[in-house]
Amino acid sequence: MPLLELKDLTVAYDRIEAVRGISLTVDDGELVTLIGANGAGKTTTMRAISGIRPVARGSVWFDGRDITRMKAHERVSAGIVQAPEGRGVFPGMTVVENLEMGSYARTFKTKSEHDATVERVFDLFPRLLERRTQVGGTLSGGEQQMLAIGRALMARPRLLLLDEPSMGLAPLVIQQIFRIITEINKEGTTILLVEQNAQQALSRSDRAYILETGEVTTSGRGKDLLADPAVKQAYLGVA
Amino acid sequence: MSAVMTVGPAVSSVVSAFNVDSLTHNFWALTIDGLTYGSIYALVAVGYTLVYGVLRLINFAHSEIFMLGMFGQYATLMLLGFTPRGDVYTEGTLLTIVYLGIAMLGGMAVSGGAAVGLERVAYRPLRKRGAPSLVFLITAIGASFILQEFVHFVLPKLTNQKLGGVNAQQPIRLVEPTVQFTFLGADVTNVEIVIVVAAILLAVATERFITLTKFGRGIRAVAQDPVTATLMGVSRERVIMLTFLIGGLLAGAAALLYTLRVPSGIIYSGGFILGIKAFSAAVLGGIGNLRGALLGGLLLGVMELYGQALFGTEWRDVVAFVLLILVLMFRPTGILGESLGRARA
Repeated sequence: MPLLELKDLTVAYDRIEAVRGISLTVDDGELVTLIGANGAGKTTTMRAISGIRPVARGSVWFDGRDITRMKAHERVSAGIVQAPEGRGVFPGMTVVENLEMGSYARTFKTKSEHDATVERVFDLFPRLLERRTQVGGTLSGGEQQMLAIGRALMARPRLLLLDEPSMGLAPLVIQQIFRIITEINKEGTTILLVEQNAQQALSRSDRAYILETGEVTTSGRGKDLLADPAVKQAYLGVA
Repeated sequence: MSAVMTVGPAVSSVVSAFNVDSLTHNFWALTIDGLTYGSIYALVAVGYTLVYGVLRLINFAHSEIFMLGMFGQYATLMLLGFTPRGDVYTEGTLLTIVYLGIAMLGGMAVSGGAAVGLERVAYRPLRKRGAPSLVFLITAIGASFILQEFVHFVLPKLTNQKLGGVNAQQPIRLVEPTVQFTFLGADVTNVEIVIVVAAILLAVATERFITLTKFGRGIRAVAQDPVTATLMGVSRERVIMLTFLIGGLLAGAAALLYTLRVPSGIIYSGGFILGIKAFSAAVLGGIGNLRGALLGGLLLGVMELYGQALFGTEWRDVVAFVLLILVLMFRPTGILGESLGRARA
């Protein structure tokens, strides 16, 4: 049984269907990527999984349960946590306060459990420790992305949704972010990643789906897609 | 006003038309009384600013939430066995404080309940339908009238003419304002001390709650970025309810304090002007900003009394609103608005 399954999912803005009957699965422990051009429906898919965009047709299944009608904030407690596109760092809150927001839906049994969670985030992102008392609005793009991912980890997600973590970042920072994403996945967190940076994403994913104008056109193992001539031409900038 | 600008012999005569002496001679007395009113404006202003922070809605019915609080504390006093009469009750300091505390809780319960009820009945259905913001605004104004007319016409029938109606309630006075000490030549009364101290305690408690608690963080998160807040597991609906509750509770507390200063102010229309001033205070300080609301309230309270001394009593309300217009001309975001790194609420 997959951890996440989208069955024939359609999401519409007014009458325009941004996602048209897509089906995909993410298994426990996998790192799966959705790639596609701007407007292909990647972010819309993520929003539907998180429940902040209503589903027109089809269904969303999580851990064997139909969660299509579950409220967005309840999905966080269920284990679906998203670091949204554009990072969504709370500008007026400090780094620590932003992290605390990540564990809003979670009740720590002990103080040490809480402290260990925070420490783990600071281990992954030492930069955040340095910036802990700084407000989110004053962080650099890379730092904000680290904060967005670290904040999502505070909830101890079963499924981590990352929407374009490399957007607007310098190549070196992108490398670093992807390394940490892989590390988080290796430690056992299932990840669904949306990316435009296909090279990095495909080489690090177990499997990938390619979205074009709201439909899944290709899917397969990350490495296979990386070698696929059509994919190369369309998404890797190789003629 | 333009006459002030002309330089020359005209100046002295114009200045003497303004009662500068009244301002300078009574400066500290005016300041203290201004801070008293300002404390009340500040508490009511918090209700406007918090709701604006999470909903981007000016809840114009908040003035009537305050007005209901005045009736709430009055009804509580009646239930405690007090009846309106000409002279002041003398219960001793301790008992008076206890009775006032209970009356305040009564006012807070009525205002808090009314604010949450208003949200449920008037605003939530509109949100569910995704109504445009103008519809919310009209609804707020409509709710304001409904609540006023409820107290005007319906409440007397429900209470055997004891509460509400066209006239102000006969005052129930538990405290005789008496001078406790003199500050720079200005008398400070027990009533003024109680109002300012209570307001400070409530403001600090609210500020701590918003800054330090998990629910407070939830409110700030929704104010700063509602979608991401939802992605963190915050229930926006619950946060909205909570902000209306906090605003209502503070308005109810402010209502009791206000009746200490103005015992004859308990009337169905008694929230209107005060509400607009508190709203102005919130805008003055920077709407959406909690500290701004507190600062704006105190500032407005003091400035309008200076203005009253300078131009005459009948100009008091005008001064308050001219001040608002002036601040907005030069600083449209209000004094503390947006300057704290978009730190709303």
